[in-house]
Amino acid sequence: MNDPTLFGLCGAALVGLGLYGLLCQPGALRKILAFNLIGSGVFLLFGVIALRGGGVLAAAGRGIDGDPVPQALIITGLVVAFAATSIAVALLLRLAETSGRTTLENEAPPAPSLPGERASRPDGES
Amino acid sequence: MDLAALLVTPFARLTELGGLLLVIPLMLPVVGLLLAPLLRGRWLGGGLLGRFTLLLLLLGLVAALAVATAVLTGDEALKYYLGGWLPPLGVALKADGLSAIMLLLSAVVILAVGVYAQREFQVPPDASETRASLVFWMLLMGVWAGLNAAFLGQDLFTLFVALELLTFSAVPLVALDGRAETLAAALRYLLFALLGSVLYLLGAVLFYGTYATLDITLLAERISGEPALPPAVIAAAALMTVGLLAKTALFPLHLWLPPAHAGAPPPASAILSALVVKASFFLILRLWFDVMPGALTPMTAQILGGLGAGAILFGNLVALRQARLKLLIAYSTVAQIGYLFLIFPLAARAESAALTGGMLQVVAHALAKAAMFMAAGLIAKALGHDRVRDLGGCVRVLPLTLLAFGLAGLSLIGLQPSGGYLTKTLLTAAADGTGQGWLGLVIQVGGLLTAAYLFWVFGHVLFGVPSTPAMPIKPPGRAQELVVLALALGALLLGLVPPALFDLVEVGRAGLEASAAVATAMAGAFGWSKLWGDVWPLLVVGLLVLGMLPWPDRPAGGSPRPATTSLSVTGHWAADLGTLLEPADRGLRQWPVAGLSLLILLLALAAAISTGA
Repeated sequence: MNDPTLFGLCGAALVGLGLYGLLCQPGALRKILAFNLIGSGVFLLFGVIALRGGGVLAAAGRGIDGDPVPQALIITGLVVAFAATSIAVALLLRLAETSGRTTLENEAPPAPSLPGERASRPDGES
Repeated sequence: MDLAALLVTPFARLTELGGLLLVIPLMLPVVGLLLAPLLRGRWLGGGLLGRFTLLLLLLGLVAALAVATAVLTGDEALKYYLGGWLPPLGVALKADGLSAIMLLLSAVVILAVGVYAQREFQVPPDASETRASLVFWMLLMGVWAGLNAAFLGQDLFTLFVALELLTFSAVPLVALDGRAETLAAALRYLLFALLGSVLYLLGAVLFYGTYATLDITLLAERISGEPALPPAVIAAAALMTVGLLAKTALFPLHLWLPPAHAGAPPPASAILSALVVKASFFLILRLWFDVMPGALTPMTAQILGGLGAGAILFGNLVALRQARLKLLIAYSTVAQIGYLFLIFPLAARAESAALTGGMLQVVAHALAKAAMFMAAGLIAKALGHDRVRDLGGCVRVLPLTLLAFGLAGLSLIGLQPSGGYLTKTLLTAAADGTGQGWLGLVIQVGGLLTAAYLFWVFGHVLFGVPSTPAMPIKPPGRAQELVVLALALGALLLGLVPPALFDLVEVGRAGLEASAAVATAMAGAFGWSKLWGDVWPLLVVGLLVLGMLPWPDRPAGGSPRPATTSLSVTGHWAADLGTLLEPADRGLRQWPVAGLSLLILLLALAAAISTGA
């Protein structure tokens, strides 16, 4: 098995694991981690594409051993994923502080008494 | 002076800029975003930042008008290459007719929201500065930047970044008031949107792996040269479509929308419902009409159209059962998103009507829904609650707001001469013309159901027990009421816009007859028989719904009455239907269920795309 295939399969496995975690794990922190797994899988796949493209360029005698465009895009993607993770963690921390909840299930216990009139109603968003 | 000259003169200087014009809508929000922390504080009675943002929004509206004028009169798309580098090395910006419409629409709606929010998000004179008064304006600018980038980007990766910017600005807007339930709604929205964008990114990666470019024009060239789509591209198209559907909240992937849109502060809800979900829909249009125009197989189109029809029926029925006004409007958004996806099965043989109708729906729904959410915000502020059952008598307190709410509702129902009427007429005609009459039926039923929940609200407002205080707790600002009314009137009078302007839809794509389609649809709109034919079903629905209301002479009892106290026949039907629908909706909005439907949809789309390949 050559390198691109191996890394490509690893990327696919990461995406699959992450997808399972994001959809089936009840805990919000686990969902956030699972999103990062998917992200890593996608970036790995993109890296494989850079490697493969670089292989084509090297075979054509262009003296390059990696397609630089995906690498630039991966870095941007990492920044975006980092920002996403920090927003999600910040929201989760605040949620845990305010109500003690750390899951996103629909049948959550109603939040303790809240300021303002628009308090939670069981037939509402619940 | 003819119409074209009248349009061009004010913007002559600006339109001379050509492609450089496209940089302005991207630059203005970023300037606002960067300067906002400097302009916070108590200057100008605490409203300096709001006023400054308003100024930027006005400039943005002028720029958007200039772009639209340049595109319409030049009859070709504006292009701008960043740094002068051509794709595939550089990144292009392009405004075709659709982008120009969306730019203009978002400038108008965000400006209206900016006017509305002046009062709500200024630093209060007698209290300490709240975080919301700074953060709201920054997030508003963030949303605007993300939207404009999504409408102008011409590169799949730029579009990814635009979508993320949009999501990261929209999610904190939901949680602005910091209550636990809105925090949970925001987190749920963020996680599902992230799933959508990572699927989109995976699709973009596969496109790059196959064609070594992400530029839409180059991709379209390379794909149209293929005898058959390679498997990687089929997977990429399915992944991107499903990812964007998750962000658009098309039924059955709507798990995040109702709590997020209903929990956000009213100006934020208006932006989220009117514009944010439309951006990802716009990218779906880009994908299927620009990147791979030939690849929309009948099966794919039927799947998308079927989901749209499901959204219309399901969303409207669940909306009927909502006890809170903002949740009702949020479910109405779930339904209205469905109309957007009806254009896919119609596009193959009636592209003019489908695309024009789709864009009209985007515009009309954005104006009407922004007006409704902001009207609901004024109602909630003035009464201290937004429970539909306790709205009785509020027409005395807020006549103008309720008028705006009703006018916006007329556009959602689709009465003449609203944008909703044009959408429905165009799509129904296209459905009949292409032998898909069932789509026309769905459209009609959807209109009647919309009428039903609006009658439900207005029944309580007009005939309900006057339980509301005679004086509002917090009277709405005159400017707030007027801006809501203006948006509602905009949606209602969209059909009276000269048809020639609708030619904007067809700039940059061949073979469309937008203005002709609109002119045909408007031609018969005001005949007596047509009007009567459209109105009598509504009257029947109105009578049925009014039959469900508890009458004011009955003892009012405690304030939260159970649904079954209305003893009429229709009331029982509604209750029975509700016991069926509500568990279904709750079930569909569970994570594992939504995830499963997402995966099934992914496989179905991939299979459908490969049938034609």
